[in-house]
Amino acid sequence: MARIEINQVSKVYSNGLTAVNSVSVDVADGEFIVLVGPSGCGKSTLLRMVAGLEDISKGEVKIGEKVVNKTDPADRDIAMVFQNYALYPHMTVYDNLAYGLKNRGTPKAEIASRVAEAARMLELEPYLERKPRALSGGQRQRVAMGRAIVRKPAAFLFDEPLSNLDAKLRVSMRGEIRKLQRRLGTTSIYVTHDQLEAMTLADRLVVLNAGGIEQIGSPLDIYHKPASTFVAGFIGSPAMNLLNATRGDGNWKVGDQTIAAAVANGEATATIGMRAEDLTIAAPGAGGFTMKLDYLEELGAQRLLHGMVDGQPLVVATALEDDFNGEINLAIDPKDVHYFAAATGKRIQHVAASS
Amino acid sequence: MYKTKPLDHLILILGCLLMVTPVVVAFMTSTHEAAEIHSKGLMLSWGNHFEETYTSALTKKGGFTGEVTGARMLLNSFILGIGFALGKIVLSMLAAYAIVYFRFRFATLSFWVIFTTLLLPLEVRIVPSYQVMSNLHLLNSYTGLIVPLLASATGTFYFRQFFMSVPDELLEAARIDGAGPFRFFIDILLPISRTMIAAIFIIMFVYGWNQYLWPMLMTTDEGFYTLMRGIKSILQVWIGSQIPDYNEAFALAVLAVLPPVMLVVIFQRWFIKGLTESDK
Repeated sequence: MARIEINQVSKVYSNGLTAVNSVSVDVADGEFIVLVGPSGCGKSTLLRMVAGLEDISKGEVKIGEKVVNKTDPADRDIAMVFQNYALYPHMTVYDNLAYGLKNRGTPKAEIASRVAEAARMLELEPYLERKPRALSGGQRQRVAMGRAIVRKPAAFLFDEPLSNLDAKLRVSMRGEIRKLQRRLGTTSIYVTHDQLEAMTLADRLVVLNAGGIEQIGSPLDIYHKPASTFVAGFIGSPAMNLLNATRGDGNWKVGDQTIAAAVANGEATATIGMRAEDLTIAAPGAGGFTMKLDYLEELGAQRLLHGMVDGQPLVVATALEDDFNGEINLAIDPKDVHYFAAATGKRIQHVAASS
Repeated sequence: MYKTKPLDHLILILGCLLMVTPVVVAFMTSTHEAAEIHSKGLMLSWGNHFEETYTSALTKKGGFTGEVTGARMLLNSFILGIGFALGKIVLSMLAAYAIVYFRFRFATLSFWVIFTTLLLPLEVRIVPSYQVMSNLHLLNSYTGLIVPLLASATGTFYFRQFFMSVPDELLEAARIDGAGPFRFFIDILLPISRTMIAAIFIIMFVYGWNQYLWPMLMTTDEGFYTLMRGIKSILQVWIGSQIPDYNEAFALAVLAVLPPVMLVVIFQRWFIKGLTESDK
């Protein structure tokens, strides 16, 4: 168990490409940090630099109190779970779990007891003599987890561990990982491109984009106060609606429809963000603005109405099971409207008149 | 589903006959007496001299010095075959390991340099090779017979391709598990390559078993004669009106075919696996 300090770490490849650009994250002891972002944002590279599988071009990584930039992966006191599990195909589950301990010269009796403990925790006891080939995807994933647990490392590193599982298994494994991490209290860094996985697992989220950090915060912080249009569009399902708005008559308008009141001075244009679930359907003529309905997605608990406002797409989530046709009148509480600078995409406060 | 028709069977049976008949003829002929073969030609019938022919083929001392027996030649062929196969596997695995996992400069280039030597048959470099061995005083020794032919472009190529198809995560997991380059090779790479090793072993064993020109050049001592040379020397004894021991030549030929056949039969499951799929 240890604190992990990532201090202005950069990765520059020999061809000049910068994959990670001066990233700093401070992971507290026992914390579950999720690095999330689209593919190619550098999240895996960052994790691999912490693991020692990738050289650190600039900056430093500290695990515990020790700078590990030049330390071999085996000596960093970390364990890693890979996307494709990376189990040793010719070894039994028992040997897979024991291999890391064996290499460290752990006494036989202790290996046996640690493997037994991990197997019990992960319900792998019936499969210890099997080869990975004879296991299902979920079981293989558990073996991969077990291989990390038996080592009792200072930190777990997860590299998209659930991506190869089917949707249902993914949800249950997600729960298991969370429970396990809580119980063991081991500092964890988890990489995923799935925002739902990120939201459900994380103590704190790190949203990465193009090698840099967009925002760090608790899942709810990030959900309620996205720092940029990128975060707003990435976190939450469906993604936040982002519309280009202009200032007119003291209001923010999309086309000629008024969305919300604006403060007296400020930018002439902005990107406004509205969560699909914050939009409510109002009676026709009750004010608000109208959306031309395109199509409707049925999700069971709710339905998503896809439409256009002044030629810009908008999604509304509603539990109403009415027949919707043509134009829908929408309203939103002004405090639920987010504003981002049109040029930079950064969040701006105080552009809406308080109401 | 395709339903097999009688014609298909006919074609297959004809194909089988085409492959098997020469071997059967060789075996049957070997059970006759030399004089009989000389006057009547090849045989398809059982000749009742099976035991004596094969016993004498294996134990009769022959050659110019009258020292070398068939059994001795069989042993030499085995030493050559197994020496080649094992040596080539060890060398080419290590070479491929270095090329794939140690990212030194010019790794790809050096691989292709090695690989192009595939295009040069042994015969091209046979005289310089002989010269080197002669200067090292390794003529008439197993070392001289085996070592110069051990570097194998084919083997290196196969193992390189195989290692490249092993997922990188396996190496990374092993590194995190504290396995250094040596442990990774022994504990992980070697076991998962075993079908590949079996396939290469068979190919290389047969290659070594069938060597003819190189042993002929390298050895003058008949104690190093291989089966291939033995067959040849039996047919060379035209002295006066003596009839060559056709029966023994055929017997030796049959004996020469047996070990590779048995090897393939025993390892065939692994052999096919090694060449077609990988167990990862």
